[in-house]
Amino acid sequence: MGLHAYLTLAAVVFAIGLFGVLTRRNAVGILLGIELMLNAVNINLVAFGRFHADLGGALFTLFTIAITVAEVAVGLAIVIVIFRVRRTVEADHLDLLRG
Amino acid sequence: MATAAFVLIAAVAVGSALGLVVRRNPIHGALFLVVNLGSIAALFLTLGAEFLAAAQVIVYAGAIMVLFVFAIMVLIPGREETGPDPQRPTRLLALPVGAVLLVLLVALVAGGGAPRAAGGPPAGGVEAVGRLLFTDYLFPFELTSVLLLAAMVGVLLLARRRA
Repeated sequence: MGLHAYLTLAAVVFAIGLFGVLTRRNAVGILLGIELMLNAVNINLVAFGRFHADLGGALFTLFTIAITVAEVAVGLAIVIVIFRVRRTVEADHLDLLRG
Repeated sequence: MATAAFVLIAAVAVGSALGLVVRRNPIHGALFLVVNLGSIAALFLTLGAEFLAAAQVIVYAGAIMVLFVFAIMVLIPGREETGPDPQRPTRLLALPVGAVLLVLLVALVAGGGAPRAAGGPPAGGVEAVGRLLFTDYLFPFELTSVLLLAAMVGVLLLARRRA
C-alpha cells in the first residue's frame, strides 16, 4: 500500500477524534478523543519514516508515546481533583473562568 | 495480500474510532479505544516497525488503558451522559468542523506527490531503533526521562488528599 493510503486513514481517524473531542460532555471522554488524534499522528510519522527510509519517524513516534503517557497521567489526575472539588466531570459545568 | 490486510486493519481502526465517538458510555469508549490501538499496532507491523508495534501494545493497551478504566470506575460508576444537552446546537457544529477538516486533509494528501525513493529495507527493528536512540537522539531520550519524572511527581502531588 502506498503512502497516500496511510495518510488518508490517519486523516480519517484524526477527524473522527476531533469530532469526539468537540462533542463529548465528559472530561474523560474528551481525553479519549485526544488519544485518538495522537494515534492518527503516530500513523503519519511511521508511514513517512517508512516510505522515506528514515528511522526518524519511528523515533519520533516513540517520543510521542512517552509524552502521551505523561499527558494522560496528568490529565486524569486533574480530572480526579476536579471531581473531588466540584463533584462533576462534565466539562460544561466547569465554567469558573467564563467571563 | 498486503492490500487486503491494510483494508481490513483500516476498517477496524475507523470502525472502532466511530464507535468511540458515538457511544456515550465512557467505559465503552475506553474499550473501543483498545480495539483502535490494537489495529494501529497491526498497522505499524505492516509498515515494518515491529518495535513500535510492541511498544504501542505495552504502553497504550497495557498502561494507559488501565489508567483510563480505573479513572472511569472511580469517577463515573456506570453513569452515562444522560439528560438533555443544553448546548446541543453549538455541539452540532462539530460535525461540519470535523467534515471540513477531513476534506481539507484528504485533499492535501491527494494533492501531494508520491514520495521520492521509496526504497530501503523496512528498518524498524529493535536494533536499529536502539542504536539511533542512544546516539543521535540521546539528548531527547534523557529529556523524556526528566519529563516522566516531572509528570510522576506532579500526579502524586495532584492526587494527594489534602490534610
